[in-house]
Amino acid sequence: MTWHFDNDRPIYTQLLEQILFLIISGQYPPGSKLPSVRELASEASVNPNTMQRALTELERMGLVYSQRTSGRFVTEDEAMIQRMKDSMGKDKILALFKDMEQLGYDADQTMELIHKITRR
Amino acid sequence: MNPLLTYSNVTKQFGSLQALKDVSLTIEPGHIVGLLGPNGSGKTTLLKIACGLLKPSSGTVSVCGLPVGPQSKLRVSYLPDKNYLSEWMKVSQIIDLFHDFYSNFDRNKAYEMLGRLDISPKQKLKTLSKGTREKVQLILVMSRSADLYLLDEPIGGVDPAARDYILRTILTNYNEQGSILISTHLISDVEKVLDQIIFLKNGLVALQSSVDDVRAQYQKSVDELFREVFQC
Repeated sequence: MTWHFDNDRPIYTQLLEQILFLIISGQYPPGSKLPSVRELASEASVNPNTMQRALTELERMGLVYSQRTSGRFVTEDEAMIQRMKDSMGKDKILALFKDMEQLGYDADQTMELIHKITRR
Repeated sequence: MNPLLTYSNVTKQFGSLQALKDVSLTIEPGHIVGLLGPNGSGKTTLLKIACGLLKPSSGTVSVCGLPVGPQSKLRVSYLPDKNYLSEWMKVSQIIDLFHDFYSNFDRNKAYEMLGRLDISPKQKLKTLSKGTREKVQLILVMSRSADLYLLDEPIGGVDPAARDYILRTILTNYNEQGSILISTHLISDVEKVLDQIIFLKNGLVALQSSVDDVRAQYQKSVDELFREVFQC
């Protein structure tokens, strides 16, 4: 996995999104143990404090939990992961519609084009 | 937590030139701080004062609560921006020298890093390229278990691939109670590794902030903000 960062936003929010993506896509399955802050920070070449902040935020959202002695784990609540997946899917579709609007397609025309492509 | 490094109203005068003007700064343990500023803004002077190579004209500096002196020097590992090692020495001899000099120098760590970067300990310093010499110097500095690392332009002459390795070395090797102060022009390369930044402008602290606060506040990277603030 390669980590990518945009310039115009805080790094920790981008780390959060990318770890969230790893959880939703099943690369970190429900209940599995996450690598340590240090390992994750080194892998993404980011400051450990920044990585810590992203993980704390994921913890606050309830997607990961920490066990004092043994580390951090992905939640076992698969319904919650599904909700996050739906929400991320929705965001991507909204972004697509926005891009299409800039190209001059309204929502119906975009849908039409989607049908045309998927029916093939 | 007690601050690791404190500058209180530090001024440094070189003849008629005022290199630092009433600088007050605090660095807490556990951070990697970027010391950023254009040429001649006072970065090197600020670092040299913290390791005792220069004395402030007025004001005070303390490291781990100690005044700058023999005791504080054990806690500080400093990478100067110049070559200061004897050209005729072999890398292995320099490692022995550091081992004799610093009780907190870890010889095994130094050899391990040399191995990773494919540098032969048998080579003499004068036969090494500029970039390789810089790597050797950084390895020596990072092989000490210090509380405060002061790195003056650590990646300037090093190719991008080795730069990544060096940044990762810095990330994985500093102890969590320690802090690192890095002066550099290559902001975009080190930005992700930093969590705090200090902008130095004509000997004054223009900004001290966290990297993510800069990005949240200005919607731009530290590198972009730097170019704007210091536009020529």
